[in-house]
Amino acid sequence: MSKLEINDLQVSVETEDGPKQILKGVTLTINDGETHAIMGPNGSGKSTLAYSIAGHPKYTITGGTVTLDGEDVLAMSVDERARAGLFLAMQYPVEVPGVSVANFLRTAKTAIDGEAPKLRTWVKDVNTALENLDLDASFSGRSVNEGFSGGEKKRHEIAQLELLDPKVAILDETDSGLDIDALRIVSEGVNRFRSQEGKGVLLITHYTRILRYITPDHVHVFVDGRIAEQGGPELADQLEAEGYDKYTKTATV
Amino acid sequence: MTVTDSVRSALEVDKVESHLHPEGSFDVADHAVPTGREEIWRFTPLKRLRGLHADAEFAPSATACTWNTPAGVRIEGVDGDEARSLRGVSGLVPNTRFAARVLAEVPATLLVDVPAEADVTEPIVVELTGEDVEVTEAGHVVLRFGNHSRATVVLNHTGHASMAQVVEVVVGDGAQVSVISLQDWADDAVHLTHHETTVGRDATYKHVAVSFGGDVVRMDANVSYAGPGGSAELLGLYFADAGQHIEHRLFADHTAPRTKSHAVYKGALQGQGAHTVWIGNVLIRKVAEGIETYEENRNLVLSDGCQADSVPNLEIETGEIEGAGHASATARFDDEQLFYLRARGIDDKEARRLVVHGFFNDLIRKIGVPSIEDRLMTTVEAELAKNVLKDTPSTSSGQR
Repeated sequence: MSKLEINDLQVSVETEDGPKQILKGVTLTINDGETHAIMGPNGSGKSTLAYSIAGHPKYTITGGTVTLDGEDVLAMSVDERARAGLFLAMQYPVEVPGVSVANFLRTAKTAIDGEAPKLRTWVKDVNTALENLDLDASFSGRSVNEGFSGGEKKRHEIAQLELLDPKVAILDETDSGLDIDALRIVSEGVNRFRSQEGKGVLLITHYTRILRYITPDHVHVFVDGRIAEQGGPELADQLEAEGYDKYTKTATV
Repeated sequence: MTVTDSVRSALEVDKVESHLHPEGSFDVADHAVPTGREEIWRFTPLKRLRGLHADAEFAPSATACTWNTPAGVRIEGVDGDEARSLRGVSGLVPNTRFAARVLAEVPATLLVDVPAEADVTEPIVVELTGEDVEVTEAGHVVLRFGNHSRATVVLNHTGHASMAQVVEVVVGDGAQVSVISLQDWADDAVHLTHHETTVGRDATYKHVAVSFGGDVVRMDANVSYAGPGGSAELLGLYFADAGQHIEHRLFADHTAPRTKSHAVYKGALQGQGAHTVWIGNVLIRKVAEGIETYEENRNLVLSDGCQADSVPNLEIETGEIEGAGHASATARFDDEQLFYLRARGIDDKEARRLVVHGFFNDLIRKIGVPSIEDRLMTTVEAELAKNVLKDTPSTSSGQR
């Protein structure tokens, strides 16, 4: 079971001119096994939603609730949220020099599971995950995200998704900056994940092209810190044709 | 890169007055006792040096010295004429009173002599074990590597000592040499040391300085070039705990064309009064066309009450170079790194441990001697256990 409920979430960030509200009351429920796409123009607050759910210290929650299977996510520390079953694939994965991918993955898996993975199956699992994302075996010896190409960083994020096997995956513009081949490889990884029983996906994107590979159950249009419209997959087609203009115009009134 | 004539005239190519290349002297009388106001002494706590910088007696050594002797290598303490002939063999002309005194007053020299074309696979390890911190003493070490030889020398300093030291290194033409100096002293040790190296034509030299222990450790590590095409990699690693002063001063003196210097020093500080100093001096002389230099110093501040001074200096007398650059950063933990790791379920303490582990591992794996690499990782872990693995308040603000 996995149900992520976001209710009237309000978030602000500190700026030089004082706190600035970014999310102005977001309500969204991802039921067991559902994939939701959040689309919107730059600056609409899509990434803020992702990072707020994951617990980034830059964002201050000023109102609302987030629960995962009824548990209060906002009361948890960043690592507790991950251990509770949330996974954030980041738009800009961070370099950790001197820490190998192998060491990082094993440490993360141990933390998530509460015990070290069985050595024999683990090595096989890692190799399979890397292979699935078209990353060769030498990849595990490299420092985390250091010197990775843009595509390698995103594929590494999805390899982690498969290995850590969370309940709900939040993908923050995982498609941006990917060429067609990488987009296909990454999408296949996401589809493998969500083909399992009860996995939730919150897919945040600026573009519609990834939705040709990953068909969402629901599409939400995000404008100025709120959900401006929602619908089924057909809404993405409409955005493809018309863009965000009609939403941004009303938002600036 | 080409400079125009107008820029050339603006560069004072004839005579440059700077602390990077003062006139040295073998005559002790030419070196006044430092007061602490001098540029090269202003960071050093002179009062804690037990007079080593001034006129402390250089008593008979209380430091045990042992070594292994791989086949074909000569290692012994020499004295008399041979010892005298080795004074300044690296081109060193002392610019400090202590170095001048060591050359003038210390009767013996520990000589490691690697013949030309010798390929010594086993590291030559010299163990220097201090046994009495009350004895102020001095030592002269010469590491001489013949043309086209290949060897690694480790100087491992442990125990209790108050030591002034000059280490002279001669890297022959085409030689491939690593010199690793470990300052793993007990907490009360004072170590004032000057490493001077001349790098031969087309030679490859790696100098690694690792300072963990000691009350005060100051190392001046200088490199110059006897011919074109030489390359020097200067690596450093230090970890200062409460009250410790660890100072590393580098000088890459590009005295020949097409030479390279690449310095990377990384340090961590924890505890009240922990103080580290890194000075990275690079001089590109007029003759040194086509050279490349890069120097980098990174400090990780693990607690309040620490001070990390980091000063890169680059002086260029010719514009005809391939590249020159430097980077210096002193910071607490990177919040984004910690967030990334914690977003994968790794708790705060473990995330910090991983970041520091990686910070040093990145450098340690460049040393190239597996037994030393393993030992250093263990030492880093032990240092981390004092602070990072203990309960830490979350830190993010207060960068220096």
